Amino acid sequence: MPTSPSEQPVPPVPPEYDLAIVGAGPAGLAAAVTAADLGMSVVVLDAAAAPGGQYYRHPAPGLGAARPEALHHGWAVFADLVRRLDRHIGTGRVRHLVNHHVWTVERGGSTAWTAHAVTGPDGPGQGRAAVTSRALLLATGSYERQLPFPGWTLPGVVGAGGAQAMLKSGLVLPGRRIVVAGSGPLLLAVAGSLAAAGATVPAVVEAAGYAGYAKNPRTLAANPGKLLEGAVHGAALLRHGLRPRTRSAVTEAHGTDRVEAVTVSRLDRDWRPVPGTGRRIACDALAVGHGLVPQLELATGLGCATHRTPDGTYALVLDDRQRTSVPGVWAAGEAGGVGGAQLALTEGELAALTIAAVSRSAGRPDARRAVALRRTRSRLRAFAAVMAAAHRPGPGWPGWLSDDTDVCRCEEVSAGEVRAAVADLGAHDARTVKLFTRAGMGWCQGRMCGPAVDCLAGAGTDPGADSSADACTDAGAGPDRRPLSCPVPLAALSEPAALPGRAGLPAITEEP
Amino acid sequence: MARNPVELAGATPGPSFEITMDGRAVPVLPGQSIAAALWSAGILAWRTTRVNGRPRGAFCGIGSCFDCLATVNGAPNQRACLVPARPGDLVTTQEGHGRADLAV
Repeated sequence: MPTSPSEQPVPPVPPEYDLAIVGAGPAGLAAAVTAADLGMSVVVLDAAAAPGGQYYRHPAPGLGAARPEALHHGWAVFADLVRRLDRHIGTGRVRHLVNHHVWTVERGGSTAWTAHAVTGPDGPGQGRAAVTSRALLLATGSYERQLPFPGWTLPGVVGAGGAQAMLKSGLVLPGRRIVVAGSGPLLLAVAGSLAAAGATVPAVVEAAGYAGYAKNPRTLAANPGKLLEGAVHGAALLRHGLRPRTRSAVTEAHGTDRVEAVTVSRLDRDWRPVPGTGRRIACDALAVGHGLVPQLELATGLGCATHRTPDGTYALVLDDRQRTSVPGVWAAGEAGGVGGAQLALTEGELAALTIAAVSRSAGRPDARRAVALRRTRSRLRAFAAVMAAAHRPGPGWPGWLSDDTDVCRCEEVSAGEVRAAVADLGAHDARTVKLFTRAGMGWCQGRMCGPAVDCLAGAGTDPGADSSADACTDAGAGPDRRPLSCPVPLAALSEPAALPGRAGLPAITEEP
Repeated sequence: MARNPVELAGATPGPSFEITMDGRAVPVLPGQSIAAALWSAGILAWRTTRVNGRPRGAFCGIGSCFDCLATVNGAPNQRACLVPARPGDLVTTQEGHGRADLAV
């Protein structure tokens, strides 16, 4: 067998960057500027056209917003990060790849990572890119958790975070009279923003109460900043004449081609609707969400260990240096458990310091700074745990589903079909439900229906029977696994990316 | 008290341009996504589902849910919340998977 040139080993190519960061939100930005300050070469890959992630999402330059801070808390912190980032981009120490959606990361040898990205917005003309680095930091953030209810697929029903995102970047509202509902502190921020932007908010509906926070007075006392944040949001709502209705939920959205009204019902301790308490509220939009879910597919694809947080979502297991269980992979921000922007900024900076400490090319990081950051991190993580526990969905929420409610929006799989898969076919996890019903098999890959299907699958054959077992948050066989974190067009794959050679692997060539 | 988001953000956008939605002219402020432009025109749905033919539009607003898929300039399955609108874009309601033209 003569060997063709393509079968000769390719000599190893050193990685292009000391550090690749996936995500340009608070955690990714803080990490990028800190690592660059210490002399590391950094590449930041982010799906958006501008830095900021979801939290600091802001209008495009063409909109000429003179007061972007009107839609934000802590805008000055972001402005400062961007100034530092731009300075490092100017010197060539940081490369910020915008419109780069990383769909997988592969390990190339013992110390190098290759991040593969689809470039450009959806549509013709998407390309592909790949970058290599010695270290990898995942700052992939989160998306919103949804719990289905009858009518939630009507146009005008949008995510609470979705309404916020469209407002922050596009300066638009989904309607003029918007009910805000679900659970978690984000609702207060969303209601405040919508009202400030001229919408009428007839009701803010919180499924839990705020009493859960009071069970942990020491954690609260240690976090006066967080309490102040809550007070600021609360005061803003009161200025608009809004007082959240607690222990209540939107149990139905009404309308034919768009939402025209919602029914708000009182909930019992387990979030089961109390019969006879439904009140109809007219609206032309509903912004609804139940907290956030860490976005983990790149991490789980690399084998990073996860744990279950007090609100039932999965997050990455991280040590006090922000290291995942996979050597060479760090994570910061919501991926390690949802805790807000301040925590993400803290963890991003801390991760950069600890990566620099083991990097040959970096200056010596300030050890005292790392100690202070660790202290802040533990304090904020403790608060995040209190918050997660306070807003954990109660096991009775499936009580507001009717059998014909679509649970999976993409594949249009109803609650009745999911329940039949569980009761009649013996499915007891989301994966088996997917095999029987296609729930979670659509475009979004289970991001929207995952938490609900997990819960219905774990709820056994009689979802209404036992309220003492918390089926929702004890269910689930681990975090969702998605081989690709976004759609990868075949056309993009047919374009060769500038792939670095890898030691010991022959280049891929077509046989004649 | 701001009456609308543009006022709240103190925005003085550049000159607006037009796209069309099923032939209807929709004004766009520079920098808006297709979904944002449609929302500001009061349009909340621009696709029908594959199974039950139900109307859908933007839901998550950040590219995670794929509810806002639209056909733009004849190319289906584009997330309208992420795709920046460009002058003259022709947006058409996407029926189901949007690939009926491939049916044999």
